[in-house]
Amino acid sequence: MTAAVVVDGVGKTFTTGKAARVDALVDVRLEVRAGEFVSLIGPSGCGKSTLLRIIANLLEPTTGAVTVNGKPAAQARLDQDYGMAFQQAGLFDWRTVRKNVELPLELKGWDASRRRARAEEMLALVKLPEFADPHPWQLSGGMQQRIAIARALAAHPQLLLMDEPFGALDEMTREYMQGELLRICAETGTTVVFVTHSIPEAVYLSQRVVVMSPRPGRITRVVDVAITGPRTEDTRNSEAFFRSITAVREGLRGHGVAGSSTDDR
Amino acid sequence: MTAPDRAARLAGRVLPPLATGVGFLALWEGAVAFFDLKPYFLAPPSAILSQFTTNFALVRGAATVSGTNALVGLVAGTVLGVAMSFVLSRFRFLNQLITPLAIALNAIPIFVLVAVLNNMYSITSEIPRRVMVTLVVYFIVLVNVARGLLQVHPTHLELMRSYAATDVTILRKVRVPNAVPFLFTALKIAAPSAVITAFVSEYVGGSQNGLGSRITSNIANSKNAAAWAYVVAACALGLLFYAVSIILESASRQGGATHDTRAQARGGNT
Repeated sequence: MTAAVVVDGVGKTFTTGKAARVDALVDVRLEVRAGEFVSLIGPSGCGKSTLLRIIANLLEPTTGAVTVNGKPAAQARLDQDYGMAFQQAGLFDWRTVRKNVELPLELKGWDASRRRARAEEMLALVKLPEFADPHPWQLSGGMQQRIAIARALAAHPQLLLMDEPFGALDEMTREYMQGELLRICAETGTTVVFVTHSIPEAVYLSQRVVVMSPRPGRITRVVDVAITGPRTEDTRNSEAFFRSITAVREGLRGHGVAGSSTDDR
Repeated sequence: MTAPDRAARLAGRVLPPLATGVGFLALWEGAVAFFDLKPYFLAPPSAILSQFTTNFALVRGAATVSGTNALVGLVAGTVLGVAMSFVLSRFRFLNQLITPLAIALNAIPIFVLVAVLNNMYSITSEIPRRVMVTLVVYFIVLVNVARGLLQVHPTHLELMRSYAATDVTILRKVRVPNAVPFLFTALKIAAPSAVITAFVSEYVGGSQNGLGSRITSNIANSKNAAAWAYVVAACALGLLFYAVSIILESASRQGGATHDTRAQARGGNT
């Protein structure tokens, strides 16, 4: 089976102002298998969002190359091979919820009846079938984010790219959304690359957590999350969950063993 | 909600300002009588009203002239402003070329410009006045609509680019709908400005046929109450333009909600 995403020696240098160069990413290598859920985690400025945008071909890498579904990232974007969700739901206030979900299909040139049927299907998937006709501003933040996920998955992409999609939600809604996302991914078999700065979120959702560090942005550790079986609310209290959290935390602090370092900051 | 309820609410909204207005007029009338103010100093509302009714045909004629000038300029300025804002949003570098020029042009007092325009065209022509209104409206519309086209949410742009949308598609699906509320905001500012500019343009000369020139000529002849009758018409004309711009705005909201409606939608329970 071909990998869903191959990041091959990607580097990104931003030139800001007068000769000030920032190495946002240096020699990043990553392979995401089809159907896998991978999180990118790290402090601000570690380049995790930049990496996601390079995979999405919203940014060009300075060095290296990205392959999505076996084709160059640029081609994958033109073919709409992936769906994307952002920290802000980014819904259009002048469109109804239904029309928002239909947008990617509209751009693909689908006819109205087919779009409508798919929008109904997606709204049922995110459990908001009765909210097709209101406008987005009439919905809560969590509902808006669920609509954004419905929109990202409307064209049935095999890959979902998410940039801190639950970052603006309260803790309760956030945990509920995490459960919903796992259920949706299990139902659709979608591969996910997920950017977050929350350790429990990354561990709860992912099969692998990619830990990144800043200046220059690079991958410092990849943690395999050793949770077996389906993830439920009980998972959050399990031994394996806490072990993985510790592993990710150590990765974020550098290579030191937990407890041996006195200067945490 | 029952019909009497609704009537009561409407009355609650309309009556207080109406009562205040009537009270103010009564105070004015009373003050003129009590202090025995001369008509050339301050005419009482009753005299203004009688001037308004006896000269109604003249007042209406003058209002039609000024109103037509304002309307022609408003429409022309809006069309030009919208067209130019599209050009500016397409070619960003033009923004830096044109904006300082626009500010400079806008800083020229209306009087000066109308005098120059009067000199260019025939003195009896309405064109200089209409050009002046067009200019004023044009800049208001241009600045606002260009902002609406350019100030698009970054997430929306990234999303559209992830769909491999072309610039034309982004314009149609994101920039234009985003700019619609900005256009109506511009019209709300521009509509009363158009009327005021139409009046002021008449002060510089040309045909003595509009509200502005009638006000000056009546004041020059010490016909204070008659001048006030034309002021009342001018006020009514300004309100009419403003009301139409508000009706247009609410009609545009029927199709789709805008950011501006959000607060109202949250506040009310309709």
